[in-house]
This record gives sequence, structure tokens and C-alpha cells, in this order.
Amino acid sequence: MSVVLLLISVGVLLSGGAACAALGTRGSANRLGAAVGVLGAIPAILGAAHALCTGQTSAFHMHWSVPFGSFRLAVDGLSAFFILIIAVICGLAAVYGAGYLKADIGRKNLGASWCFYNVLFASMLLVVTARNGMLFLLAWEFMSLASFFLVMFDHERPEVREAGWTYLVATHLGTAFLLALFVLLGWQHQTMDFERFALPADSMSAGVLFLLAVVGFGTKAGFMPMHVWLPEAHPAAPSHVSAVMSGVMIKTGIYGILRTLTFLGTPPEWWGWTLLVIGAVSGIGGVLLALAQRDLKRLLAYSSVENIGIICMALGLWLLGISTGNTTLATLGLLGGLLHIWNHAIFKSLLFLGAGAVAHGTGTRDIEQLGGLLKRMGQTGVAFLIGSAAICGLPPFNGFVSEFLLYVGALSGIAQAGRSDVAAAGMVALGALAIIGGLAVACFTKVFGIVFLGEPRSDLAAHAHEASASMRLPMAVLAGLCMLIGLLGPLVVRAVAPLTSGLFLPAAATVANSTGIDIVGLLWRISAGAALLLVLILALAIVRRRLLGGRVMEQAGTWDCGYVAPTTRMQYTASSFAWPILDMFRLLLRPRLDRRLPTGLFPQQASFESRSEDIFRRFGYAPLFGAFRSLADRLHWFQQGRNQLYVLYIAVTLLILLLWKLGAR
Amino acid sequence: MTTVASILHVLLALVLAPLLLGIVNRTKAKFAGRRGQPLLQAYYDLAKLFRKGAVYSRTTTWVFRAGPTVGLSAVIVALAIVPLGGLPGLGAFSGDVILLAYVLGLMRFMTVLAALDTGSSFEGMGASREVQFSLLAEPALLLALAALAVCAKSLSLSDIYGLLYAGEPAHVAPAAVMVAAVLLMVLLAENARIPVDDPNTHLELTMIHEVMVLDHGGVDLGFIQYGASLKLWVFSALLVGVALPLRTGQPILDLLLGVGGVFAVAVLVGVIESTMARLRLVRVPQMLVVANVLAIIAILWALR
Amino acid sequence: MQILPEMLVMLLLLTDLRLLSSSRIAACIQTVVLQAILLACMTLAASWGHLTLEVMGVVLSTVLVKGLLLPWLLRRATREAGVSREVQPFVGFTASVLIGGLLLGLCFVISRPLQQAAPAGSAVLLIPGAMFTILTGLFIIVSRRNALTQVLGYLAMENGVYAFGASLAVEEPMLVEMGILLDMFVAVFVMGIVIYHINREFDHIETDRLSVLKD
Repeated sequence: MSVVLLLISVGVLLSGGAACAALGTRGSANRLGAAVGVLGAIPAILGAAHALCTGQTSAFHMHWSVPFGSFRLAVDGLSAFFILIIAVICGLAAVYGAGYLKADIGRKNLGASWCFYNVLFASMLLVVTARNGMLFLLAWEFMSLASFFLVMFDHERPEVREAGWTYLVATHLGTAFLLALFVLLGWQHQTMDFERFALPADSMSAGVLFLLAVVGFGTKAGFMPMHVWLPEAHPAAPSHVSAVMSGVMIKTGIYGILRTLTFLGTPPEWWGWTLLVIGAVSGIGGVLLALAQRDLKRLLAYSSVENIGIICMALGLWLLGISTGNTTLATLGLLGGLLHIWNHAIFKSLLFLGAGAVAHGTGTRDIEQLGGLLKRMGQTGVAFLIGSAAICGLPPFNGFVSEFLLYVGALSGIAQAGRSDVAAAGMVALGALAIIGGLAVACFTKVFGIVFLGEPRSDLAAHAHEASASMRLPMAVLAGLCMLIGLLGPLVVRAVAPLTSGLFLPAAATVANSTGIDIVGLLWRISAGAALLLVLILALAIVRRRLLGGRVMEQAGTWDCGYVAPTTRMQYTASSFAWPILDMFRLLLRPRLDRRLPTGLFPQQASFESRSEDIFRRFGYAPLFGAFRSLADRLHWFQQGRNQLYVLYIAVTLLILLLWKLGAR
Repeated sequence: MTTVASILHVLLALVLAPLLLGIVNRTKAKFAGRRGQPLLQAYYDLAKLFRKGAVYSRTTTWVFRAGPTVGLSAVIVALAIVPLGGLPGLGAFSGDVILLAYVLGLMRFMTVLAALDTGSSFEGMGASREVQFSLLAEPALLLALAALAVCAKSLSLSDIYGLLYAGEPAHVAPAAVMVAAVLLMVLLAENARIPVDDPNTHLELTMIHEVMVLDHGGVDLGFIQYGASLKLWVFSALLVGVALPLRTGQPILDLLLGVGGVFAVAVLVGVIESTMARLRLVRVPQMLVVANVLAIIAILWALR
Repeated sequence: MQILPEMLVMLLLLTDLRLLSSSRIAACIQTVVLQAILLACMTLAASWGHLTLEVMGVVLSTVLVKGLLLPWLLRRATREAGVSREVQPFVGFTASVLIGGLLLGLCFVISRPLQQAAPAGSAVLLIPGAMFTILTGLFIIVSRRNALTQVLGYLAMENGVYAFGASLAVEEPMLVEMGILLDMFVAVFVMGIVIYHINREFDHIETDRLSVLKD
């Protein structure tokens, strides 16, 4: 049943995508593409909901003539969970995209863009349902290529081309590891079908497979230090695509790791530690680098690295819990992680859509140029504020629910596990989560405070206009979801809980008994707290109104400390807001400083500039690829540019191959 | 009976919290050889503020007006969770410590945004420092409470405080002393007290919290000041529960002891404010890092 | 398990942290003195029931030498050599404290096997505490520029060794301690003279700048 609905979805998306491509630059391509996106989402959502509710796995099998390949699809709980995310976010982003791309009608080939969008959508659905290695890799490749073309939408801008190529190289390096992973798995089990991968391997090769999966899938997910493509590619794409890439596509990496782990048998303890440490590094590093950015979308991209780090830490706690036999830790880690996948998908796409609306309404993404947008883009501003509070994990929004589960897991690991290794892991997780929380507050107060509050810092911001209705609607839905999950977290957890049975844990019904912590009950307390908070806010607002009723309310300028002529440029800037924290972490961030100090009795000009580049890019990849380039330059004599010569190369190669293959006989 | 006492605690805190500011000021005045303000000055201030109209900057939006309201609501939620010595909090549950830390985070989030809403670089500076210091204070708070959780083998703040001294005192006492030190440092940092911040000045470049609320007036300022006193109460209650190892088992007696302890903390804050100079701004993160390391040591100690 | 020895060990850890984090020489001297007094208290507490004249002697001499004589010497050196009152670290204070935290974690891990060797009456964490004090002293010596701070690091190390000796109940601890005490005294005395003279010759006592004399 579910899988049929899913196939309908994929069919709609692919055929609709082809139709879009045929329409090309015509304006109707925009409407059609968005409509296909929405229509394709509906059956998938229904199918996933059906699978989650009934808990049944539905499979589909067809012969496929590719060697080792067979067209096997199945929708089980884990797949359905991811399908739901993909379909909801992609559907909403499609609605948004219709409004966002309207300005480009007639100027760009929107048909192609929508075709790739829908192919991306369909391929993600296939990735999370494929049950055969070849099919999986094919869908994975389609996903990567479709998103590459979407990133290249503004290919006339050189920085976009640069970002696109970075993405293409990175994603294929990742795929190379995945290829190795599946080849090894297939070689071990003599098949590429997932259902027969489950045989336990010996611990040595399982460890190698685990590392291959972490690197390969981690590249897509954006684990540090494999994240460098992410802050390049996500900002370069159109905003609805950024929302899909950052909110959903990187989660396929997490799906891959989860799925692979089910093949590899009971995890040893070092797997958990690996994920925990990678997660902590990605989390703290990601949010620190986010804080340092001044491009709005780039900042959000780094924040995705942070949240993927949190999810990765959650998986680390889960694996540690499994390997040490601590069901409480494992359950809380897994549920917290799964919930955070959902939550991050919601608020990150909300924020990207909001950033797109800002870029659309003002024409710039430079935070330092913006300001005072809440007055000009009121509804976008409210949605963005909700997203910001949610991503900081503040109650009463959804981010708090998932982080709460992780915190409780870490705390129980410290206090109740009675094992020093689990306690150490709990301390790492607790400390990292707390620091990430604090840094995220700094980061998103900076974004919202500088972009939406205060006075406009440039003409661009002063003449901003509110986004169109089709762009605001998806944001409103997502903001509503943030609020709803924040209040009804227990229901979501109850829906997600059956998934744990497939992932080394007892089924949901026994979870509550075996852990000693009634998770759903706890979350109801959280909801009660959130509700109390909302009631108090409402009550105090009424009290405030009463107290102010009939009194004089005046308008004046902001108090300027007696200065006569303040200008909007004298406001605190985003960079100065973030600087004390960046300075505190300068050992990690290594910001480049450029000072020109004032000199003389009547100093003329002075300046101070700081730039925090990605240290992994600067100290890791840049030298590495520089070395490759110089190596490649040495081979330059090889390329003479005459086709006779190239034919000669081919002939020589063929000859050598023939000699090698036949001469050996 | 316990529930009644817990409700009584929340009500008492709501009524008595502004008195803490009076006690702090009176202690400082005694040290300076002055007579000082009346003990009830904070109440008079609040009464005056609640009767005033308001002047709003043309730059500001609804965020500026919502900031104090949300902040006060958040801190009341925190008050409903926090235990007082052996007396459990009203809405105790496993992991409530996280909710406590995060509603205070929400308060900070809104205060910072309200400050940025004015567009004043002055308030921006204060906001920037606030997020910087709280970023270090929050892990210290959570790690310190985790150390207590280890001692009590429990996850709910009320159970932690209730059972803390039930075990062997030699096992708990050193960790408790360290945690008390951490909580005191966090209290001083989070409540904008010397040596981190100076609550008395508006016009010096090193202050943090007072500058953020510079543009607020009337009812909003009243909410902020009331919220600040409640926040001081919450942190004092956390400190009292560790520093005062008495658990009578009688809810009402616990309540009275706890309230007395909270007032004692206010006196202590007054003494610290009178005898210490404010730290240089670059030294504040260092103090908070020490608090974090101390909290980790406390956990290690409790774990062995 | 008694409460007093535990508290004393905790206070020892706190003094180490203070040593790592304070920027004033005077505060560091004070801290080392405090450590010595803590150690004396520990010795007293450990042998409370069966206090002998020997123990009293050791305690008294410890307090006299490390609590009065050495600080007096050091303060005099500070004054006369006109040493800067700041510590002048190579490694910043925040980083020092963080590294201190890591070192302490390390001490907790590596002292596990030694725990069985500790005498029954002593505090459980005396061994990691003593180790941490030694490592703190070492770290101070390595990471500070000022020669006087190096002396302080040396003293902290000695305090750690003393605590370690006490915790492992070395045979004839008095003898060992007296020997060390004498060593210390001579060392600090010589150091004081050297510092004084370095200062007269070079106008500073920053050891890293002495490296120009290496040939």
C-alpha cells in the first residue's frame, strides 16, 4: 500500500519534471513545476503516514537487468520517517519556489530548474526506500547531480560556479567511499540486496565498513571536517532549494548511516565514541563558524553543520548505550536524534525560506547591510523569529523537545549509569550541548537582532518589501509546526517510538518499562511547562495593557547618550556583536586581522577588519588541493591539444591493456 | 502538606523577591557606613513604575515591548520548578533542570533582542557581552547540577536536592562545596552582580545588564526589575539547597529555613559587592572557565 | 571515610586551580603557602589519634619553613629584584585552567591502579590530588616566563611530592620529608640569589630571554 503510493509519487514527479523541462523558459513552467512538487508530495505523505501508523513494511520488487541490481523498494518505519520529512518540506518549498522564481520568468530556464527540483525530490524518495545497493547508488547519484544543477541556477555568477564545482567534487569523493562500502558489503554477502546484508560480519571488517559509511555518508550530511562543500553550495542555490538541501537532503546522509548500522551487527563501543566526538566537533565548530559569517545564507548553512553535529552526537549516545547495555541512554539518544532530524528539517527550512524572502525583498544577503526589516516585512519577521528561537532550543518550540531528550540522556549517563566511560560520554555530550546552546543563542540573536531589528543600515534594507503570499504561506505552516511540536512533543515521540525496534532496541511498548524513565510522561511535563509559559505571557500581557491603559504613551528617539546627530550607521554591527566571542575562541578560529591604527595628532583614517575563514578549508583542504594542482601542472606537457595525439594515447592504452590481459595467458 | 509548602514557596518568592535587592543594598550601605535606602525601596520603585506611562523609541517594534513580558513569564516558570533546600519544587520532574536552564535562556534571548531593537550601539554592546558571558555560565550551571545529580543518583532537581545529603557526608561534602562555589559564581554572573557587572551604573562601558534595559521605562522596566529579583531568588534557592545541608523533613520548617537561607545569600552578595572590585572585562570569561572546570572536578569527584 | 581529609584534598585541588589561574605573583606565593599549611593539616588529621612528637616536629617545621621562611624569601626577592608583579605566562590563564582540568582528568584515570596502595585511613582522592599538584607545579614551570614563578612551580611540585609520600606511607616519611625540606630551602635560597643577580646584570628575570646565553 505505502510503496504503491510512493511509486505514484515518484511517477508524478518524474513525468511532471520531464514536462517542465519541455516547457523551458515559458512562464507556465514555473506554475507547473510547483504544482508537480505539491502533487508529488501528497501520495508520499499519505503512504508514509500509513506505514508509520500501521507499522507494516510494504515491499516492491521488479527485475532489473543491471548487473547485481534488482529494483527492490520497501517502506518500513525508518523509511517512512524520512519520506515524511522529505515530502513535507519539498512540497512546502515547491509552493515557496513558485513565488520566489516568479521574478525570473522569461529570463531563465525555469523549466530545467523545476525539472531538476522534482528529480531531486524523487531521487531522495528512492534513496530512502531503495533496498538494493546498485539502485541506492544510482538514486544517490541522481540526487547529487540534480542538486548540483540546482546549485548552478545562477551560473553566470563566478562564485556560484565555484561553489557548484566544490560541491560536485566533494559529493563524488563521498560517493567513492560509498561505492567502496557497497562493493565490500556485496562482496562479503555475494549480493547487493539489503535484506541479505544483515548477516553479521567479523568485527574487523565491520569496523572498516563503519568508517567507510561515516566518511561517505558524513560527507553528504556535513560532518566536520567533510563539511566544506556545504557552506559553499547551500547559499549559492535558490532559497527554496537551499531549504530542501539543508533541511532534508543532508539528512539522507544520516539515513544512510542508520541503515548501514543495521547491517553491521552489534556496535562496539568505539563506534559510539567516534560519532560522539565527530558530533561534538561539528556542533561546536559549526556554530562558531556560523557566528563568524556575515552572509545570511552562509550562516544558516554553517548552522546546519552544527545541527547535524547534534544529531551525530545523539547517534553516538545511542550506539554507546547499545554497546554498554544501557537502554535508557540508547533510547533517549536515538529518540532525541530522530526527533532532532525532524525538528531541524522544519526550522532550518523555515529559516532558509525566511532568508530567501529577505534576499528577495532587499536584494542582499549581507547582514551588515540590513536592519529594521521587522517593520517592512512583518510576517516574514515573525516566522523568522519563531525559527530562530526554535533552533536555539528554547521552549516552547520544537527544538527544545529534542534537545531535552538528549540532555536527559546525557544526565542519566552521568548520574545513573554507574560506569565511568558512559559518564565521560555523558559529560562530553552535556558540555557540548550546553556550549552549542549558548553559541546558538549568540548566533541567532545576532541574526534576528541585526537583520530585523533596529534601523536599516542601507537603502536596500530601507526599501525592502514583504514577500508574496505564496512565499509566506509555507513559512507560516513551518512556524506553526515549530510551535505545535513544541507543545505536542509526546505525540510525535509516540509516533516515532516504533522505529526503535528495528535499531537494536526493544519495541516501543517495552521501552518505557525497561528504561525506568517514562519518556512520554516527561514530555507531557515539558508541554505543560510550555503551556504554562504561554498562559503566563498572555496573562502578563493583559496585566501590562491594563496598567498602561489611560496612561500617556509617547514616541521618541532612542536615547543617544546626548549625542546630537546619530545616524543608522552608528548602530552596533553584526561583526562587533560577535567579535568578543570569536576573540575568545581565537585559538580555534584563527581569525585574520587587518588593523590600521590611527596615527598622528589628527588621525585621518583607521580601520579594523577581521575575517574568520573555515579553518579546515584553510589549513586542510586548500594545501591538499594546492598540492594536487601543482602535481597536475607538472603533467601539463601531456596535454598538447592535438587530436591526433589523443588518438595515439588511446591506441597506446588499448595496446597496453591487450598485452596485459592476453600476455598473461 | 509538601505541595502546600511548595505553593507557599512560589507565593512567598513572588512577594518577597524584591526584598532581596533591599537586603543587598542595605548590606552594602552598612559596609560603606551609610544608612542606606529603606529595605522596601524596591517595592516603592516597582509601585512607582507600574503607575507610569511609557515612552517608546520610534525605532522599536513589538519585540521591544514583548521582551520584558516574556522574560518575566519565563522566570516565573523557573520559579515553579526550583526546589528550596529540602522542599521540592512545585512542578518537579526528571530533567527539570534543563527546562530551568532553558527558560532562563528564553528570558535572555528576549532581553537581548529587545536591546538590539532600540538600534542603540550602547545596548548592542551590552547585548553582545550578555551572550558572551552567559555562553560560559550556562554549561557551568548544568555541569554543577549534574555533579549533584551524581551524588543523589537522580535526575529531578527536587529529588537531587532532597536526597543530596542522604548519602555519606564525606562522599558528598567536597563535591557540594565545589558546586556551591560554582553556583555562587554563576549567580553573580547571571544576575549582573559585582565582580562581573555593576548593577548601580548606567554609564560605564563595562556594564552589561543595566545597559541593555536602558531604553525601557514604566511598566516594562518594572517587569524587568521584578524579573531580575525573581531570577536572583531562583539562583539563591539553588545555592541554598547545596550550601545548607539541613533537611528537617517538615515542609514548613524547610520552607522557613530556605527563605532564611535565601536572605543570607542576599547578604553574602552584598558583602561580595562591598569587598570586591569589578573584574576587568577580559577576566570575566576566565572566572567562568574556572567555574566550568570546578564543576567538572566536582563531577569527577562525585563519580569515583 | 572521614569528612575532614576529603575536604582537605578538595582544598588542595582548589589551590592548584588558583595557582593556574591567578595573574599576580603575590597571589601565587600566597597560594603555595596555603598549600603547605593544608599539607600540614593533612598530616595532623591523618595521625590525629596517635600523635607523636616526630609528627609534631615535621608539621611544625613544614609550617615554619614553607609557610613563613620561604614566602618571606620570595617576597623579599620580588621586592628587591623589582620583579614585575604579573605572572607573564606563555600559556594564557584560561588555557592554563582548561589544561589543568584535562590534567586532573588524566590523574583520575592513571591513579586508579595506585588506589589499592593507599593506607586505609587516608582520603580516597589523595593520590590523584597529589599527582595533580605535582603536574600543576610542572606545568607552571614550563609555561611561565618569570623565574620567580618557576620557583613557585617547583614549590608546588614539592608539595605534591609531600602529599604523595603521605598518601603512600613511605617508610620513614619524616626522614624523607626533612631531606626534601632542606633541599627546598637551599634551592630557593640559591634561586633567590641567582634571580637577584640575573636581575642586576640584565634588568629582567625573564628566562626565555636568557636563551641568548646558550653558547
